Amino acid sequence: MSLMSFITPSLVNSAVQSITPILLAALAGTLCGRVGVFNMAMEGQLLVGAFAAVVGSYATGSALGGVLFAIVFTVLFSLILAYGATVFKGDSVVICIGMNLLAAGLTAYLLRQMFGVSGTFSNPGIVGLTRIRIDAINTIPWIGWIFSRQTAITWLAWILTAAVTIMMFRTPLGLRLRGVGEDASAAGTMGIDVTRYRVATVLFAGGLTGLGGAQLSLGTVSIFSEDMSAGRGWIAVVAVMLGRNHPLWAALACVLFGVADALSVRLQSQGLPNQLTDVVPYVVTLLALALSHRKRLKRRAAETITAHA
Amino acid sequence: MSERSLRAPRLPRVPAVPLAIGIGILIGGLLVLASGGDPIAAYREILIGALAPSNWPNTLNWAVPLVGMTLVAALPLRGGMVNLGGDGQLVIGGLAAAMAALYLPLPGPLLIAASILCAMVASGLYASLAAWGETRFGIPMLISTLLLSYPAIGIASYLVGFPLRDMATGLAQTRMIPDAARLPVISGPLNIGLILMAIVAVAVVFYDRRTVGGYELRMRGLNAKFAGYGSVRLAAQQVRVMFASGAIAGLVGAILVLGSLYRYQDGALLTPGYTWSGLMAALLAGGAPLGAICAGLFFAGLQTGGFAMQRETAIPRVLTMILQSVIILFLAIRHGVGRKSS
Repeated sequence: MSLMSFITPSLVNSAVQSITPILLAALAGTLCGRVGVFNMAMEGQLLVGAFAAVVGSYATGSALGGVLFAIVFTVLFSLILAYGATVFKGDSVVICIGMNLLAAGLTAYLLRQMFGVSGTFSNPGIVGLTRIRIDAINTIPWIGWIFSRQTAITWLAWILTAAVTIMMFRTPLGLRLRGVGEDASAAGTMGIDVTRYRVATVLFAGGLTGLGGAQLSLGTVSIFSEDMSAGRGWIAVVAVMLGRNHPLWAALACVLFGVADALSVRLQSQGLPNQLTDVVPYVVTLLALALSHRKRLKRRAAETITAHA
Repeated sequence: MSERSLRAPRLPRVPAVPLAIGIGILIGGLLVLASGGDPIAAYREILIGALAPSNWPNTLNWAVPLVGMTLVAALPLRGGMVNLGGDGQLVIGGLAAAMAALYLPLPGPLLIAASILCAMVASGLYASLAAWGETRFGIPMLISTLLLSYPAIGIASYLVGFPLRDMATGLAQTRMIPDAARLPVISGPLNIGLILMAIVAVAVVFYDRRTVGGYELRMRGLNAKFAGYGSVRLAAQQVRVMFASGAIAGLVGAILVLGSLYRYQDGALLTPGYTWSGLMAALLAGGAPLGAICAGLFFAGLQTGGFAMQRETAIPRVLTMILQSVIILFLAIRHGVGRKSS
């Protein structure tokens, strides 16, 4: 079997789609990390976003309504971390663990009480996001596969990645944000309201993750299932770690995950059992984590040696 | 936590937990009310379901794995470490116990002992893999424990779905384990797993309070650098503690497989969500074993009560999960409960 028969247009296309929620969550994670709030609640935030998107789309009859619901409710949900980790000085790890469980419990509870179903809610009334088909490039290999037939959220996700990168490293606002994370007391001395910056960033990041949740439930399938974030939020946490809070590196890590995910889908269609292929992205992520940290340790060791020489 | 209470004594320490539980009950009640249910009836059914004498065996039976997973989380937490990989360790333990029970040619009690031992060692090794990854490569254990769960669950699921599958049934599960490997029953749903877990709980409390290792672990939790300076070998300690933590998860898996399921069934160990409830119970007590055990018992009561509530009032029992997370969130935010060092 040649490599080209392994890669199909729909495989590339769906890989790009599947990256979107993780990319948005990872972007949120880098922003929070930059202002010194460790966010690992993305798993729960994606779930809240996915659920709110389905509720909104079902209630308003439009995908845009769903997206707005997703953003609003995920921002509201993020208030817990935004204030808990800053004003109230709670341990962000504990808060995030609590938030992830609250999201799982709350969505499962509301799913039963609002729609009377458990497990999966699907209904023709849920309007999915339209995929933007660009006829001019639709059939061109790679370019068409990647850029055509994607949702607006996928486009937005990559535009936002670029925008956040520029904002973070090329604007005064970004400088202040990084300052808050780097040395909060120094930033405070410079007259920056550290808490306000942190709260605003965490809430904005919540909106990003909510958008990712909307892509998750309305982007391809237009259903909500319990626990449908299925570890994507955790992969995003790893992407943030791999990218060391840099949006572009984190995005690259997300692409790596997307490739691994596409590979697992492909292996499955080759007849391997899905229980095994599902594992591929996590193993790749773990290996990437091990390799990146190994390099870092070596560098640190080298630095120590030169420092002593 | 202690540092904070010295600096800003806002509220007295004692009522923090009851207050959090009260807030949880209040928010849960409002949620029930908003979704058209009767919160008073719901809570009455939870109380009856958990505490009526005829329901004690059920509550206790639910408490065995839950308290077990509480200890799994509490032990590392005492040293300021977080083990999020309970699910994977639980599955490995359960599967190892089932395989040992099915394939080891040993008589009665020896077979039980060997199965439990296999489960504990397998899960312990898997958990210490994450600790080794952090001490050797610097991979944060917080995330690696969690990520390691996915391959464990996936591979276990594959094994019982294909090579080890019992072809006589349509489900992804192993054959039934022989009678000799089943844990002796005490009465009703209770088996000697209860006694095993009680012994482990006492051992953990004793370790924490009365041994050098326990002292060093608490010291690490208060200040890891200081502990290292005081010649605690942090790397070795981390691997050891994670091995013990994983081994307890393995024991829980073994008790569930040998004591109530009598086979390894895909997903059966994870659906009840013992790992996360246990983690929350451990967090509620800040990793202190005795407090964590009490919190675990409380959550077990809440969850068995939840079944009764769902049966009697049709309010979904995931409500109890919401209550648990609200309690933890309130404590984490208002009282800085959680890890001692961060």
